[in-house]
Amino acid sequence: MSDAAAGTAGTGTGRPRRKETVRRLVQGDLASLRVVIGLALIWAIFQFENDRFLSAQNLTNLMLQIAAIGLISVGVVYVLLLGEIDLSVGAVSGLAAGVMAVLNVKHGWSPYLAIAAAIAVGLAIGLLQGFLFSRFGVPSFVVTLAGLLAWQGALLQVLGSTGSINLNDPKITGLANIFYSDTVGWIIAAVVIGGYGAVLLLGHRRRVSAGLDSESLAGMGFRFGLVAVVTIVATLVFNSDRGVPLAVLILLAFVVGMEYVVRRTGFGRHVFAVGGNAEAARRAGIRVDGIRVAVFGVAGTMAAIGGIMAASRLLAVNQNSGGNELLLLAIAGPVIAGTSLFGGRGSVWTALMGALVIGSISNGMDLLALSSAVKFMVTGGVLLLAVLVDAIARNQRSQTGRV
Amino acid sequence: MSDGAPLLELEGVSKRFGPVQALDRVDFAVHPGEVVGLVGDNGAGKSTLVKTIAGIHAADEGTIRFEGDAVSISKPQDATALGIATVYQDLALCDNLDVVANLFLGREEVSPGLGTASRQLDEARMEHQTGELLSNLAVTIPSLRSEVGTLSGGQRQQVAVARSLLGEPKVVLLDEPTAALGVAQTAQVLNLIRRLRERELGVVVISHNLVDVFEVADRIFVLRLGKAAGEFAAESTTEEHVVSAITGVGADREKNGEPANGRSDKGEEGR
Repeated sequence: MSDAAAGTAGTGTGRPRRKETVRRLVQGDLASLRVVIGLALIWAIFQFENDRFLSAQNLTNLMLQIAAIGLISVGVVYVLLLGEIDLSVGAVSGLAAGVMAVLNVKHGWSPYLAIAAAIAVGLAIGLLQGFLFSRFGVPSFVVTLAGLLAWQGALLQVLGSTGSINLNDPKITGLANIFYSDTVGWIIAAVVIGGYGAVLLLGHRRRVSAGLDSESLAGMGFRFGLVAVVTIVATLVFNSDRGVPLAVLILLAFVVGMEYVVRRTGFGRHVFAVGGNAEAARRAGIRVDGIRVAVFGVAGTMAAIGGIMAASRLLAVNQNSGGNELLLLAIAGPVIAGTSLFGGRGSVWTALMGALVIGSISNGMDLLALSSAVKFMVTGGVLLLAVLVDAIARNQRSQTGRV
Repeated sequence: MSDGAPLLELEGVSKRFGPVQALDRVDFAVHPGEVVGLVGDNGAGKSTLVKTIAGIHAADEGTIRFEGDAVSISKPQDATALGIATVYQDLALCDNLDVVANLFLGREEVSPGLGTASRQLDEARMEHQTGELLSNLAVTIPSLRSEVGTLSGGQRQQVAVARSLLGEPKVVLLDEPTAALGVAQTAQVLNLIRRLRERELGVVVISHNLVDVFEVADRIFVLRLGKAAGEFAAESTTEEHVVSAITGVGADREKNGEPANGRSDKGEEGR
């Protein structure tokens, strides 16, 4: 490793620095490249087996299918960054959707108030679980397992004897069923591309004015080009079907926003610190318990938002809402895409990428009319593979990390 | 070097843990621009003394004066507020964060913004300050954006020491800074300690390794069974004298092993 040279010689910055860049490429950026390659492979296989897989209609469907799970996974990423787990997110998403449906349909609340109440329920549950975990030191696994059972029961209670409530308020059903016109789609694409370019330039200017090395213009150009191409292709695909879906914009907004919080703010930095070394964080004056409670609050909130999206797509809330494999897939997604189960490493983008991988497998196998038996086994295999890669990467770090 | 008023002065400090008299009326002082080696056998009270200064244990008796004023240090924040920084043996760094993030952990620089959750970290400013601090201290790290977990033990120790300097302390306490380090890395850390002295800081180094202590300390303070057992100017004493003070056995009566030409990483020299 690079530090061996610098460590013994005690001088020299040029050569080790380049090696360091290579190391970051291998451990950092290549980890996300791995997922992209995996996804490309999955898409190629399904397209080869069934040429409708990469059609605009199916890709749009795929994005709608993953919106809810991706939103839930955003919160899961935060919990995983702490090195904890939240098994209640599925049940919380169901309960929140149930609360929204009952308030809107049975009690005639305005859709906005009903949605706000549902999100508040998710937040409150998350904060409660986080408090129980951090205050009493009960493992998060157990607290949220208890939550999983309790909130499932609460959903049955809320739904009452009918067991199912159909949603018909256009504001609620629109979340998963609104598509924008071609023109609006292109305007959104232009805003996304322009915004990304502005962020890149501002960051570059700030570093240069502080007298620091900045990324090469070629590297920045490459990243900008990549984002521009992906945005344009996605818009083309959506526009040749029903248009850009609102659900996808909501998912992207949360991914970008929550990535900003975790990567660029003091709160996010402290989340990483607590996940990396809670004792070090405590000694540095970070309120570790407060961070933990807040993170579980985020998980509960995102679970509620995901649950609302799922209900909007299903046009109903029933006793199965938030049940089945939803929870496990919401946790598996970020792990498959590279967020470590051991805490301190990961990114909110893995919520989106992981949901895409899992959603593609599920969607593709549906197209091939494979049984759910095969679906489960394949998804399980992919998850195992991803966790193995995570564990191997971790072992390598601990072997080479400290000299 | 020891002339002038002491920065930190302990007078008759005692600390009891149940039946154990961990510190017994100890007088201790550090001057600006002075490195004091604090040595003693296991259980001699070195850690207790440092923890008393750092505010982890409050002293039972005695007075602590900082820059001439009597002060009370009953919690770590008191010590930090006075300008006493402590670097513990287990480093307390986050391996998953880079050098800049570790240096500024818990005191991040943020750009102005609305709420705490939206206020952006000022990475450019933090990286700039980190670069300046480390180059002032002549600490070499492959890159300021290296994850601390990928650094060598010596580099990690230097990052930990550098981090303690961000609060602009006047006294720095180092707990076994060279434990578990190789020869070259130990040399780096000792160099860093010399640069702390050049900055007119008062430095207290706890170490089991007398070779390292003689390398870097101006004055050697020996504790034995909680009591001050001797104080030596490093230039004018020998390891035998210090070892006999540590063990309480006269150097003339027992011929000590000769650790001077070889490094002994284990504690309890001279057995």
